[in-house]
Amino acid sequence: MGDLTGLLRDSAPRVLAAVVRRYGDFDACEDAVQEALIAAARQWPEAGVPEQPGNWLITVASRRRVEMLRTETARRRREEAMLHEPAPQARGDDELALLQLCCHPALSVPAQVTLTLRAVGGLTTAEIARALLLPEATVGQRISRAKQRIRETGGRFEPPTDLTAVRHVLYLIFNEGHTASSGDALNRVDLTREAIRLTRQLRRRLPDDGEVAGLLALMLLTDARRPARTGPDGTLIPLAEQDRSRWDAAAIAEGVAIITDTLARAPIGPFQVQAAIAAVHGEAARAADTDWPQILALYGLLHALAPSPMVTLNRIVAQAMVDGPRAGLAALDEAAADPVPARHHRTVAVRAHLLELAGDRAAARDCYRRAARLTLSRPEQRYLESRAAQMTPEEL
Amino acid sequence: MKYLILIQSNAQSLAVWETLSEQQRTDFGLGHLRLDEEMREAGVLVASEGLGDPALATQVSVRDGRTITSDGPYAEVKEHLAGFYLIDVADLGEAVAWAAKAPDAAYTRVEVRPVLDMSTWEI
Repeated sequence: MGDLTGLLRDSAPRVLAAVVRRYGDFDACEDAVQEALIAAARQWPEAGVPEQPGNWLITVASRRRVEMLRTETARRRREEAMLHEPAPQARGDDELALLQLCCHPALSVPAQVTLTLRAVGGLTTAEIARALLLPEATVGQRISRAKQRIRETGGRFEPPTDLTAVRHVLYLIFNEGHTASSGDALNRVDLTREAIRLTRQLRRRLPDDGEVAGLLALMLLTDARRPARTGPDGTLIPLAEQDRSRWDAAAIAEGVAIITDTLARAPIGPFQVQAAIAAVHGEAARAADTDWPQILALYGLLHALAPSPMVTLNRIVAQAMVDGPRAGLAALDEAAADPVPARHHRTVAVRAHLLELAGDRAAARDCYRRAARLTLSRPEQRYLESRAAQMTPEEL
Repeated sequence: MKYLILIQSNAQSLAVWETLSEQQRTDFGLGHLRLDEEMREAGVLVASEGLGDPALATQVSVRDGRTITSDGPYAEVKEHLAGFYLIDVADLGEAVAWAAKAPDAAYTRVEVRPVLDMSTWEI
């Protein structure tokens, strides 16, 4: 990301928050700020970056906001008065209010993600469209529909009391980066990095929120493994087989430091526990050095805090690493009595893996094949198929 | 998540079509136009098209670097794809809700298929 692009994206939420607080209507203010950002991207490379870029953007966006209303003659008088008021100032907690508004419960999850990327992330519609692999018209419509919905439901611009939805949306943006990470990402916004940037911003605002810190640590520790996660031909490399020298050591160190510090002083939460698990993996120089008993205990804790089929499944994997594959398979049989996890391809993939560890290659092959048919992920499908192919009966 | 809503044409759907009045046929066509517009307005539509008759199909194959074409459907098939909606929504539940609005669903059925993506999971 160029310096200018970075500066504009960092400024976007502060500028928008200041303008919304002054003029009230998120909808029109958001359009005005987009235009100010575009104007800056055009003018600054030649004219130079103004001394106070944030103030420049706020002034231009405010002016634009007023111009937009001027066309409505009935309002002209009031707007004229507004034009002569001093430009609004940026204020810290406004950014939180903005984030809260973008994650408004009346919006669908894809709409929350899109609006957050644009209003808080400062991305253009075209950038979001490329990042989400969607047509620009679809993203544009999604944004204007979301803003309209906020207006209809009377979404208020006020600092949040509960950040659950905000953290969830940031987590989804991070995951979306994995989902869309196909091929050469040149000219495409990296949503994984974008999510880390926004979560860092949020943590600067709320240094005492343990779950925001936990989320940031989880992102850093997960993203640190990215260089080792895929082979040169794009094939998926499982954690146990990754070349750990390719992990981003600085990101792991930062993630470990954040989660260690947070666990010592904040009330525990699911993101912190997931970060702690990622930290245990991150600290193992070789797969064989992994502290599985500790991971098993952490999954037990996660299960108590936020149970889900995926947590159950991961706990079973950890249990198999501690007590052996047969114990894992027995636990899997028990869990699969519930129809939801039983149908999921990851349950089948885990069974295949445990059968392989137990030496039952024929049964493992069947499960790998079944999991390959059930998955919706191309890289996983390739991985599971190649694993099945390796499970041919032992030569005599 | 992207989902493809497939509108198939088969003996059953053709038989139903024969029983429809002129007004019902008009409503059917308008129903698709309205659905398209509604999806577009909601910001979920990626692409949607109706397809030409299979008699207009061209089969393409490449052998020894040469492109060979032949006219018409690949084989005598009982069912063919007549049109599709590609949408991007939160989950299967939302995709099904959209599919249920296709006029075909009221007479025969439509199919919803998930699209593969590049998501990964630490195995």
